[in-house]
Amino acid sequence: MPMDEIALDHSHDAHDHKPGFVTRWFFSTNHKDIGTLYLVFAIIAGIVGYSLSGLIRWELAAPGIGPMLWIQTTFFGLEGDAAITAAKHFYNVVISYHGLVMIFFMVMPALIGGFGNWFVPLMIGAPDMAFPRMNNISFWLTVVAFILACISMVVPGGPGGNGFGGGWTLYPPLSSTVGHPGPSMDLLILSLHTAGIASILGAINFIVTILNMRAPGMTIHKMPLFAWSILVTAVLLLLALPVLAGALTMLLTDRNFGSQFFIPNGGGDPVMFQHLFWFFGHPEVYIMILPAFGIVSHIVSTFSKKPIFGYLGMAYAMVSIGVIGFVVWAHHMYTVGMNVDLKAYFVAATMVIAVPTGIKIFSWIATMWGGSIHFTVPMLWAIGFIFLFTVGGVTGVVLANAGVDHALHDTYYVVAHFHYVLSLGAVFGLFAGWYYWFEKMYGVKYNSVLAGLHFWLMFIGSNVLFFPQHFLGLQGMPRRYIDYNEGFTTWHYVSSIGYAITLVATIIFFISIAEAAIRRRKATSGNPWGEGATTLEWTLPSPPPFHQYNELPVVTTKGGH
Amino acid sequence: MRHLTAALSACLLAAPAWAALPEDGALNFQPAATRIAERVHEFHNVLLWIITLITALVTVLLVWVMIRYSKAANKTPRKFSHNTTVEVIWTVVPALILVGIASLSFPNLYYQNVTPNLGQIAATSKALLAEGKTAEHLAYTKNHFPDAAEKGFVNVKIQGNQWNWTYTYMDIQDETGSALEFVSNGLHKGRPTDPVDAGPRNLATDYPMVIPAGRYIRYYTAAADVIHAFAVPAFAIKTDAIPGRLNEGWFLVDEPGVYYGQCSEICGIDHAFMPIEVRVVTQAQFDRWVEIMKTGDFDAAAASVREVAALETDTQFASTN
Repeated sequence: MPMDEIALDHSHDAHDHKPGFVTRWFFSTNHKDIGTLYLVFAIIAGIVGYSLSGLIRWELAAPGIGPMLWIQTTFFGLEGDAAITAAKHFYNVVISYHGLVMIFFMVMPALIGGFGNWFVPLMIGAPDMAFPRMNNISFWLTVVAFILACISMVVPGGPGGNGFGGGWTLYPPLSSTVGHPGPSMDLLILSLHTAGIASILGAINFIVTILNMRAPGMTIHKMPLFAWSILVTAVLLLLALPVLAGALTMLLTDRNFGSQFFIPNGGGDPVMFQHLFWFFGHPEVYIMILPAFGIVSHIVSTFSKKPIFGYLGMAYAMVSIGVIGFVVWAHHMYTVGMNVDLKAYFVAATMVIAVPTGIKIFSWIATMWGGSIHFTVPMLWAIGFIFLFTVGGVTGVVLANAGVDHALHDTYYVVAHFHYVLSLGAVFGLFAGWYYWFEKMYGVKYNSVLAGLHFWLMFIGSNVLFFPQHFLGLQGMPRRYIDYNEGFTTWHYVSSIGYAITLVATIIFFISIAEAAIRRRKATSGNPWGEGATTLEWTLPSPPPFHQYNELPVVTTKGGH
Repeated sequence: MRHLTAALSACLLAAPAWAALPEDGALNFQPAATRIAERVHEFHNVLLWIITLITALVTVLLVWVMIRYSKAANKTPRKFSHNTTVEVIWTVVPALILVGIASLSFPNLYYQNVTPNLGQIAATSKALLAEGKTAEHLAYTKNHFPDAAEKGFVNVKIQGNQWNWTYTYMDIQDETGSALEFVSNGLHKGRPTDPVDAGPRNLATDYPMVIPAGRYIRYYTAAADVIHAFAVPAFAIKTDAIPGRLNEGWFLVDEPGVYYGQCSEICGIDHAFMPIEVRVVTQAQFDRWVEIMKTGDFDAAAASVREVAALETDTQFASTN
């Protein structure tokens, strides 16, 4: 058994000596170091993705083509119609890469690669991940994928200029040679292939680790909910990503080798791509939100000083969300001309997801009920998450109804909906986890005032940013528009003000990291949160030793979660 | 350019009976112009109540636990972690709410998604009247329009191109014997040289799609290059235009007016600049527009619908018919 050998190796290594810098960070096989690498990577990609969204809100702050044109004339020396065409294409590129970077290189690496790597082994009492070298490959392939995506942004794409400007959904024929003849799209396909391979390897690693390396006594039904969330997420990744890979490969051969999978002239069908894409794409949205569910569960339980309410219901709600998530994909495609009975099925199946989601929301509140709630910064983020995810969830129920979706599809209502569940859901979960585990990971305390300010500005800013977009969508404002009629001016302006508020919040976030790094207020104990923090990572010092659990912990009580 | 100036002057003088376009600062849908849209709005209003109440419930519960069970208010936490009764309630009640939503959703979906059988509508209406069921007839004619059904469909093929729309009236032959067909371009392209007073910016076109009021319109969408989507918010319709496919939809507008829509599937550089302008006119005005279009003088035809006459005041056109 190779796993036993690894465990044995580690047990010899009692002195906790760390390898040199290059070996430690470039050839890393330690789950905590790889987790940190993922977090650093996600922050860098997050800066890119967030800057791109800044360009979007800057452009849309007022009607007419402004900042995008200014960029073309100032930095690329273009003039007249050429500058305007380039500005329009550039805007499409910005929105496309904003989505791709945020999904594949910010949220997923942070929640799964970062917190998953850091805390799944710690929480289940494992010395490391099952396949430490594969873990290293997963991370560096993600970096390669990100570099490929960045290169694809600056090589010829569509007729209007560099980069791919067809939206993160990559629908052909716009992503075929008809719409984007340049190499940009090919590089993007390679990028997503590479990111997909990285995620599949990571998923295998998590599944094997969670199924085989739990501490003695930790049955699957005693496993912490974050480990549950990563297990479900990993299974979703394993099943969904190969479908994306298939679709991307077909697109690649359409573009380069004369196949006609999605080209109607040759008997292909563009809608087939959409089916394949969303068969991946819908589970993907749960891949992004489930780890946040896990994190929020722990935080709510810890700071209410109560065990999580309805543990089994919570775990199996995630499982059922994962299962149902695979049979609802075409609700992204109500307008493609599907048979009406098929639409009716997807309406019904989609609404079913509201039931397990409701169980989770109410169970979090029930966990707080009767508790003794300590309003720490992570708890603020977690409560903010519950509220905002509810708002995003209920608009999902509206959109699930194909009849209403015909009016709202591809409008800002949809943009508002998915940013409430992702930008305000997944990202709030991410920051909740960041502040919850910051001291555990780095052994220093964050500044509560800065962190609290970060929360409140982010909470206010992102609501001001995204809530008015519901109104825009209802009035008919289409997505992915560089310019709009004056009838949409006010709410776009308010939305951009909201972005400015989140920008201040984000600057405070980086100041708080710098402040913590400079002041170095050392952690005084392994568990700063007190009796409510019952999972295994709090039994270790902060930061945990380079190799933990030289003697495997034995779980006896039902306190694992 | 000749076409453009003609269209410009047309737009300048335009004083439509009803213009459906986005209203700054508005919070809800554009006013409904079709029965489809009315039903969508009615259903959405119900949904809005439901989701507002659910969000309010969650908010109240959150605020309540935050106050009642804060560290200051409750020193010793209780230790319960199960309560079968509430767990059953919060599983079953949402499920029942969803069943309720679905019961409203499906009729709405089938109404807008199934192109009506006009022969059947006319026959059903006649049968109800013959049996003296006036109440049922009234209810039936809320969603079905026997008078319009008698006249049959107006068929329009709508093709999305990078970056304009081609409208083909399949049942109408022009003077050369081919189906009446024209390309509709947006007047604004995000350029400084864009006309300033040529109708609503980013929405006005040179040659609008013209349809008669109070008639069943059956449309087919297609695309020449990449995917586009034909959408008019006031009609609550949106149908993708996909290369290699024909998608079908229908609508019926009672009120003459100008209704604007925009391409709703990203299609490249000028995605934001291929608007849809639908001029709904009286049958008489429509017939006149058709006659001029047949001669190939698109500008004169566009000029003929620059003023959209209201139903009662259309004597001028009625007399020419």
